[in-house]
Amino acid sequence: MTDTPIADMPDAPRRSLSARLSDWYFAETPNPAKRVQFSRPLTPWIFLLPQLAIVVIFFYWPSVQAVTSSFYIEDPFGFGSTFVGFENYTDAVTNSQYASTAWFTALFCVVVTALSLGLGLLLAVKADKVIRGAETYKTLLISVYAIAPPVAGLIGMMFFDMHMGPFTKLFAAFGYDLRVGIDYWDTAFALTVIAVWKQIPYNFIFFLSGLQSVPVSVREAALIDARSGWRRFKDIILPLLAPTAFFLLVINITYTMFDTFSIIDVIVKDKPANNPMTLVYKVYLDGFKGNDIGGSSAQSVILMIVVAALTVVQFRFLERRVHYG
Amino acid sequence: MQKIKPFDHLILILGTLFLCLPVFMALMSSTHTAIDIHSNGLFLTPGDNAGPTYTKVLTARGGFTGDVTGLRMLMNSMIMGIGFAVGKIVLSMMAAYALVYFRFRFATVIFWAIFTTLLLPLEVRIMPSYQVMSTLGLLNTYTGLIVPLLASATGTFFFRQFFKSVPDELLEAARIDGAGPVKFFIDILVPLSRTMMAAIFIIMFIYGWNQYLWPLLMTTDETFYTLMRGIKSILQVWVGSQIPDYNEAFALAVLAMVPPVAVVVIFQRMFIKGLTESDK
Repeated sequence: MTDTPIADMPDAPRRSLSARLSDWYFAETPNPAKRVQFSRPLTPWIFLLPQLAIVVIFFYWPSVQAVTSSFYIEDPFGFGSTFVGFENYTDAVTNSQYASTAWFTALFCVVVTALSLGLGLLLAVKADKVIRGAETYKTLLISVYAIAPPVAGLIGMMFFDMHMGPFTKLFAAFGYDLRVGIDYWDTAFALTVIAVWKQIPYNFIFFLSGLQSVPVSVREAALIDARSGWRRFKDIILPLLAPTAFFLLVINITYTMFDTFSIIDVIVKDKPANNPMTLVYKVYLDGFKGNDIGGSSAQSVILMIVVAALTVVQFRFLERRVHYG
Repeated sequence: MQKIKPFDHLILILGTLFLCLPVFMALMSSTHTAIDIHSNGLFLTPGDNAGPTYTKVLTARGGFTGDVTGLRMLMNSMIMGIGFAVGKIVLSMMAAYALVYFRFRFATVIFWAIFTTLLLPLEVRIMPSYQVMSTLGLLNTYTGLIVPLLASATGTFFFRQFFKSVPDELLEAARIDGAGPVKFFIDILVPLSRTMMAAIFIIMFIYGWNQYLWPLLMTTDETFYTLMRGIKSILQVWVGSQIPDYNEAFALAVLAMVPPVAVVVIFQRMFIKGLTESDK
């Protein structure tokens, strides 16, 4: 035996800065290290090598490149690039189209998050209450989670089709001419409906499992204390669900910012014309369709900062929870 | 004391209809002809054109994209889903093992280097990622499709939490029996993690299968198209055509959603566990 057990002092008075930082970041209870560990110089590196290699090549390299190229303007014909300092950033931020895209993204985030959280919670509360058919409702509601956003976009597109879409016909019956893909707010409406539709199951799953982890004793006590179902929900169940709700809030915002890309791409189809789009879609359009690499990178970096801030908030306040897709 | 409340059921039924009816109508409409859909709208009843439509979508070369069949795209999506899930599990278990069970220099630095990846999704660095991939010559390869997506540390985080909850006595006992790090990992930790691995596999399979943006950028060669990429193509063909191939688009959508939905329904309990109990 070459390994020596390392006894970690459980109540050591001073913990290292990084340990405290990690506790803060992951909001962990201070019990990080194993009491017993191997101490071999080489073996851990062999286990770490594949993950490290991939992280360095596919995460750090492109991220650094995004930051560097955001300070350059690339010649469209490939004859080198010129250092321009913060010009790409100022150009991006002062661009009127960027401003309107940013406003739309913010509005889209608020509306989609509010609706999908609200509806997810409503369905979870009801599914938690009923006994008959509970499993069937659950399975049906959850199964939509597995449908990819572009598939949701495709189905949504059919429902909002100008010739035969049921929603278009429904609006026509009320005398409104719904023109998705042509009218700005009509398209925004369609995008919102599809994005909410796709996200309800995710919120439903988390709210339902949050509800079901409320102990029976608490429920029974609540039943005695408060006769009104609404008061019981508002004063007892809702506070218990708060951590779940806050976690979902961050997840839903990142979902609306990033995962709706494919829904927008399917509905808008590379023809932004007069259609709403999100900031990520603009990064894609400017970079790949407009060949403005510097401008696209600058927008990427701005987005990186926004998302990084959101994620830190998520980890800081939200226990140890990770979003798995 | 619980009585049946019609109002609760009403809300649940409405919610279920809102979520499931579009999917059902897509399924039903895919069995009608394009002309039928064009003149009558979407259907709630099955038609008699399922055979020709699905045969065409699955096997016709150039049916809508040029020289890739639906079967090929189905296979590519399968490779993408399974490859991603397996890769993620292998990589993250190994890395998490090193982080939890070893004491070594720079462990903290490595920890942070890996977990910083949780901060930024791929979407914010698509342009430079594309450039890196083309520098490495990985465009239009399965490696290029799968490996860059593995750069996020979600799985590592998950297994790190799980390993930390494994009792210390196991390692002590194993070491008394003379087991080295590799033996302990393969003979004890991996079998112990089987449920966790299954849960993560389901979630990662769906994640890999449903990827859209990355395959869109990485593949120009149609033989590497996934079903999600195929959806983009079928829509591009529509521009200018007389009556759009609604039925084929629906059939493609059905093909693209059946495998992940089946996985979720069949392994529902395990799926929910993996999704919600990542911290236990």
